[in-house]
Amino acid sequence: MLRRKRFWFAIMAILPTFAIFGWVRLFPIIETLRLSMHEWNLLSKNKPFVGFQNFIELFGDNQFLDALTNTAVIAFGAMAVTIPMSMGLAAIIYHRTRSRFAGFYETAVFIPHVVSLVPAAMAWKWIFDAKLGPLNALIMGLGGDALPWLFDPVLSVICIIFLVSWQTLGYGVLIYLVGFRNLPKSVFEAAQLDGANGLQSFLHMSVPLLKPITLYVSVVTLISGFNVYAQAYVLASDTQGAPGRQVRVLVLDMLENSFQNFRVGYAAAEAVILLSIVLLLTLIQFGLLRGKGGR
Amino acid sequence: MSANARVRRSNFLLDVTLFVICILLLTPLILLIANGFKTPQEMLVWPPTLFPKDPTLQNFHKVFTETPLLRWMFNSLTFAILSTIAIVATSALAGYIVGKFPFRTVNVIFILFLATAIIPFEVYMIPLYFQVKALGLLNSVGGLLIGYLVMSFGIFLIRQNVIASIPDELLEAARIDGAGELWIFWYVVLPLLRGPLAALAVLAFFQAWTTFAWPIIVMTRKTSFTIEVGLANFQSAYTIDLSLLSAASAAVMVPSVLAFVLLRRNFVEGIAASGMKE
Repeated sequence: MLRRKRFWFAIMAILPTFAIFGWVRLFPIIETLRLSMHEWNLLSKNKPFVGFQNFIELFGDNQFLDALTNTAVIAFGAMAVTIPMSMGLAAIIYHRTRSRFAGFYETAVFIPHVVSLVPAAMAWKWIFDAKLGPLNALIMGLGGDALPWLFDPVLSVICIIFLVSWQTLGYGVLIYLVGFRNLPKSVFEAAQLDGANGLQSFLHMSVPLLKPITLYVSVVTLISGFNVYAQAYVLASDTQGAPGRQVRVLVLDMLENSFQNFRVGYAAAEAVILLSIVLLLTLIQFGLLRGKGGR
Repeated sequence: MSANARVRRSNFLLDVTLFVICILLLTPLILLIANGFKTPQEMLVWPPTLFPKDPTLQNFHKVFTETPLLRWMFNSLTFAILSTIAIVATSALAGYIVGKFPFRTVNVIFILFLATAIIPFEVYMIPLYFQVKALGLLNSVGGLLIGYLVMSFGIFLIRQNVIASIPDELLEAARIDGAGELWIFWYVVLPLLRGPLAALAVLAFFQAWTTFAWPIIVMTRKTSFTIEVGLANFQSAYTIDLSLLSAASAAVMVPSVLAFVLLRRNFVEGIAASGMKE
């Protein structure tokens, strides 16, 4: 009797959330999967089923391949910059936990992560500006040559990696700090007694012990890297009013296909590829965690 | 004594290093604010000046009187507050249920919540756009809100806290005293969840405030832009005036940075919890 009553309370209480969830999350996810197998031109009424035709076409589509390459380079590039830097920085901040400025360090490192993407990207856009920006002024001041940062295809991708890393760094540091605080203290004391210095115990003990955290931060950074959009939109869209070079990224290509070329099914297929990448990365993470002797 | 002195010296060096790194990380934002105070002419000077030679408030005046910046801020604020309320309410109730009512149906629902948690919004936003369109809610805060009513991670965060900090005995005692389930949730459970709910609220607010891809497709009319979309389209809508753009960006950024500094503890708690997902 009582159990039944409790059961019905649970169902009634979770129902509103579940209904919203089904409506704004489950349904559109299933819709994405379904649409990816259909040819839906927004201008026509028919939505014929085309099987894997959209996917086959995508892999011969240079714009998509360009977007996929750029996005992957940005995601892995940002990870390669973020992981070592945030780990090192977190190690120093952790070491100085008792410093008067510990709060300031944490705040300052984290601020780039919380400021809105667009204002932050605006700041960097000026810094990278070829004709007016301080970066080129600095390079020329040091005797180098000015570089067309946001116009050159390779340099503009590097700029985006820089911006993304600057934003992710604070997140990485925060998660690593939690990791450092949870490390067993006794092991480090023992190492110190054996004469290991700070750098040695960092390299030989912290780094391996923090592997699960590294894995987690890597996957989170990669997934958010694959979703990069605002950064490319602001940094590498029409600079100085003139249509400059645009760094094509996955989300941008997807939105263009859907809302400018009106090919919704085709865009959905791109979304499914993005989903597959994310799932693959997550599976790799779980696989690696499991593989480490059930730690 | 000398070992002690060495430790102190190395700590001092580390502090200096950290200070330099922190200042470098903040430099782009400081320069952005400084640009907001420059005259349009000064923005075109080569080599660029780092700090304004004769600071002016002209840009800020112009931004607030001649552009819809306040309107965009208002749109963002309304959206962020409503989204926060929705996410906190749904997460609190659903998180409590999945944490304390281990029926099979409830568990299945929880697994569905969890399974979709890693799927990025960008994957399913196009079909969602057509749902919003069918409801006639494009260019409205309501339409924007539809994308941000629930948060899988929020449900998970509350569930973890319910399991860790609310003993079954407490709930049983209330039931024996004849309390109704809803009464227990409201008067016993919610007060105990104040900390995690505050952390979740801060996360949800910042998530909505900074979102970009969703508002850019749903809010296409200039008066309905959110602040992020408005700023991003600033350059095409107005003559390219970098100092004006910087002033607008700074005006948007400063309040959110201040809010963060004030709410840092809550924020850090929420983010740190996200790292403990495994």
